[in-house]
Amino acid sequence: MIGALFTLLALQLAGEFIVRITGIPVPGPVIGMLLLVFGLAQCGRVPKALHGVAETLLGNFSLLFVPAGVGVLLHVERIAHEWLAILAALVLSTLITIAATALAMRAVLRRRPPREPSDG
Amino acid sequence: MDKTLVQIWVYLAASPLLWLAATLAAYLLGQALFLRSGKHALCNPVAIAVLLLCALLALTGTPYAHYFDGAQFVHFLLGPATVALAVPMYYNAARIRAMWLPITAGLLAGSATAIVSATGLVWLFGGSRQTLLSIAPKSVTAPVAMGIAEKIGGLPSLAAVLVMLTGIIGAVAGPALLARLRIDSEEVKGLALGVAAHGIGTARAFQIGTLAGAFAGLAIGLNAVITALLVPLLLPLLPPG
Repeated sequence: MIGALFTLLALQLAGEFIVRITGIPVPGPVIGMLLLVFGLAQCGRVPKALHGVAETLLGNFSLLFVPAGVGVLLHVERIAHEWLAILAALVLSTLITIAATALAMRAVLRRRPPREPSDG
Repeated sequence: MDKTLVQIWVYLAASPLLWLAATLAAYLLGQALFLRSGKHALCNPVAIAVLLLCALLALTGTPYAHYFDGAQFVHFLLGPATVALAVPMYYNAARIRAMWLPITAGLLAGSATAIVSATGLVWLFGGSRQTLLSIAPKSVTAPVAMGIAEKIGGLPSLAAVLVMLTGIIGAVAGPALLARLRIDSEEVKGLALGVAAHGIGTARAFQIGTLAGAFAGLAIGLNAVITALLVPLLLPLLPPG
């Protein structure tokens, strides 16, 4: 388990390092994630310990948002001032985004249906 | 007796232990309420936990920075968890390769729509420039959104709050909207929830099914990359403050 945790932290660190030297506008953990995808593809399997740690972290992903969410207390004044803009932007934009993603993906799926054995 | 209690409070309030434990307790309570309500969408565990903790901080007069001394241990795990998204991506590599074109179409459409519509609406409703810059990455997972907001001159802590609210809105209203649009494919539902509502949407997608969950997890990772690249590109096109 320590090895798996170390793998995740080391890749995050490598990601931060790469971002700092190259100046690419992508956050470090995302580079770390891409490095891990690449590593797993090379390795050909997911080590058991890494599977366990990943499952635990991702299974409780929403808990990890709580501390940042409580930060709403820091912005009470701003939100009181701009509540309409923020509320409208969040609600409408989130709904439009869900619809745009789903409709774009479905449109392409329909144009090029996945190969099915029955279709020859 | 009263004096002893005050002394205990003073001692506990000064250590990170109290607020770390309170964060987990509030979340457990949120989860319990969510299950008791028959998994009602409005009883979102994150929303309940945040409300409880805000009330508790307000009642005890505890500053957020002090709360964060304890809660940072939970917050820190967002980084490694983002790296761990590689694991579900790897497991679904075959399915992802087979559907790469529809996935790319959904991701690009969703990512661009999220950035443009969020910033456009803030501008339209007369919000401030800093709010506009902080809301641009709102559909991306928190650590990435905070990084993007910081890079473009927004407020990372405000971005994190907007991200959390976006996740709750997506998880609460998303499935009903997808049903309205007559989307039946689990892959499409998962991708849409993941693109629009990151980790909180993914938790919701896993309730639809494991396939939806896997596609939502994939969407968090890919959307993080695409939005991180798109925001700086779209920034010059955003309405001026």
